[in-house]
Amino acid sequence: MKNAMTIARRELGGYFASPVAYVFLVIFLLLTGFFTFMMGNFFLRNEASLMSFFVWHPWLYMLLVPAVGMRLWAEELRMGTLELLFTMPVTPGQAIWGKFLAGWVFLGLALLLTLPMVFTAYYLGQPDGGPILTGYIGSFLMAGAYLAISGMTSACTRNQVISFITSVVICLLLVLAGYPPVTNILLKWGAPNAMVEFAAGLSVVFHFESMQRGVLDLRDLVYFCSLISFAIFSTGVLLKSRRA
Amino acid sequence: MIKTIEVQKSFGSSLAVDRVSFEVKKGEVLGFLGPNGAGKSTTMRMITGFLPLSGGKILIGGHDIEEQPLQAKRLMGYLPENAPAYADMSVLGFLRFIAKIRGLKAVEAEAAVEKAIATCHLEKVRFQIIDTLSKGYLHRVCFAQAILHDPPILILDEPTDGLDPNQKHEMRQLIKEMGKHKAIIVSTHILEEVEAICTRVIIIDQGKLVFNGSPDELLAQSPQSGQISLRVLGRKPEELREKLKDLPGLGTVSIKEEKDGALAATLSAKAEKSLPAARVARLMQEANWEFDQLYTSKGRLDDVFRRITSLDSAEEVAK
Ligand SMILES: Nc1ncnc2c1ncn2[C@@H]1O[C@H](COP(=O)(O)OP(=O)(O)O)[C@@H](O)[C@H]1O
Ligand SMILES: [Mg+2]
Repeated sequence: MKNAMTIARRELGGYFASPVAYVFLVIFLLLTGFFTFMMGNFFLRNEASLMSFFVWHPWLYMLLVPAVGMRLWAEELRMGTLELLFTMPVTPGQAIWGKFLAGWVFLGLALLLTLPMVFTAYYLGQPDGGPILTGYIGSFLMAGAYLAISGMTSACTRNQVISFITSVVICLLLVLAGYPPVTNILLKWGAPNAMVEFAAGLSVVFHFESMQRGVLDLRDLVYFCSLISFAIFSTGVLLKSRRA
Repeated sequence: MIKTIEVQKSFGSSLAVDRVSFEVKKGEVLGFLGPNGAGKSTTMRMITGFLPLSGGKILIGGHDIEEQPLQAKRLMGYLPENAPAYADMSVLGFLRFIAKIRGLKAVEAEAAVEKAIATCHLEKVRFQIIDTLSKGYLHRVCFAQAILHDPPILILDEPTDGLDPNQKHEMRQLIKEMGKHKAIIVSTHILEEVEAICTRVIIIDQGKLVFNGSPDELLAQSPQSGQISLRVLGRKPEELREKLKDLPGLGTVSIKEEKDGALAATLSAKAEKSLPAARVARLMQEANWEFDQLYTSKGRLDDVFRRITSLDSAEEVAK
């Protein structure tokens, strides 16, 4: 655990050593603001809730989280520092979790910077605090799942662009599998109901939705945690197979 | 301290390291030679636990690198090829990170970092971002990283690569000094380095071990080893040949006339015979001939190296 923290701290320091982190934070805040107020009609809804804020997160993260995750391992592979890291007395698990945690903390920080949105809602009316809290939890978990997936794709290549595109595509599939317009088309095409439901059950949207409504279901938590664990585990396998 | 037993590594269908066994003890500096692509880096990556083995076994201070990787890794410092380091960190930040990940406590860590900075002469760049360092400094930063926790074992992959002659000399002195109480493996393709710092040499070619012995034993395999060079002034070639004829143990003589009229002769001994230079000197003095050069050649490493490695490659092609 101590080693994972040391690695996480180094990684996080690396984010802020370059302007990339600040550019990311600014773009993230601008886009959330734009989608919430312009596309989501925050004011016209005439209700004090953050529905129009959270509903965009699966889409926003799809582009922004891979931008954080793509360098996770691709950069180590490119610079050759992987050789340094894996000859230190740390286990691969500590290294992988450490680097993942750094990215997740960073995304959490970005999410924290959207808190003024909450204040706005409270200023405008009396929103229900429950959905806001579970919405944030769900959003954070979803960011973690996306991050673990882009970390996984970044372990396959030293090329960050390839890593980025691959993880965007995987995240897109995860979103679309449960996106009503897509599931409706599938049903219209005559796909069996059970299969569509199963696919939708794999989708982040499906699990994030109930959280936006204020429901903290254990199954949703288990879903996100297993997605993260699976991607982290695969990262370990991929990194090992690269060296075999 | 280091023991490799029949170590093998294959990448896909090609065998990069083929049943290599050797041992390094405390107080030894092992020179690891071989042409490019011979498998030196691959072997070192297996020793340091970066690459999994395809076969065989490696013991580091008694710990199997694959079964007790953490214990084994604690005993080693490693300078990888091309000296990788986190480009976005400062030299000081990087070394502190390494100290921490090596498990040094705060006070210890600070002392270790300062000592490594002093040893590698990094005072001037301690706050500089690694990305902006010259190649020589980058190499020293990575070397500092390797010696930070004062490990009993050092694995150095081309440690003098990219250094200027002064830095090279200094690095060699440092390795030699540390070799007295550590077990060190140094890979290189610079042959003088072997004579300068190594107590033992192994050569691999196409993944196979082709030599394991002392630098002197390696030199002895040179055709030039034991040859005597003599430069005589103011004589004719026939005269010299006549003079040398009765020298005991003499095999072949080749004589060349140089621009200034002097004669450069190369004398080699008959097989299994020795040809002392002192005997030649006495001959010259008794005859009262003038000569300005007389020495016994120790043999040339590059010749031996070329012979050992290309011989083996030729066999490989023939198969
Ligand atoms: N990751 C890898 N994948 C495939 N082949 C490799 C890999 N690493 C090294 N090799 C091959 O193994 C051989 C030995 O390489 P290396 O150990 O780097 O040689 P050296 O360090 O002696 O110059 C080379 O033929 C090289 O192409
Ligand atoms: Mg090499």
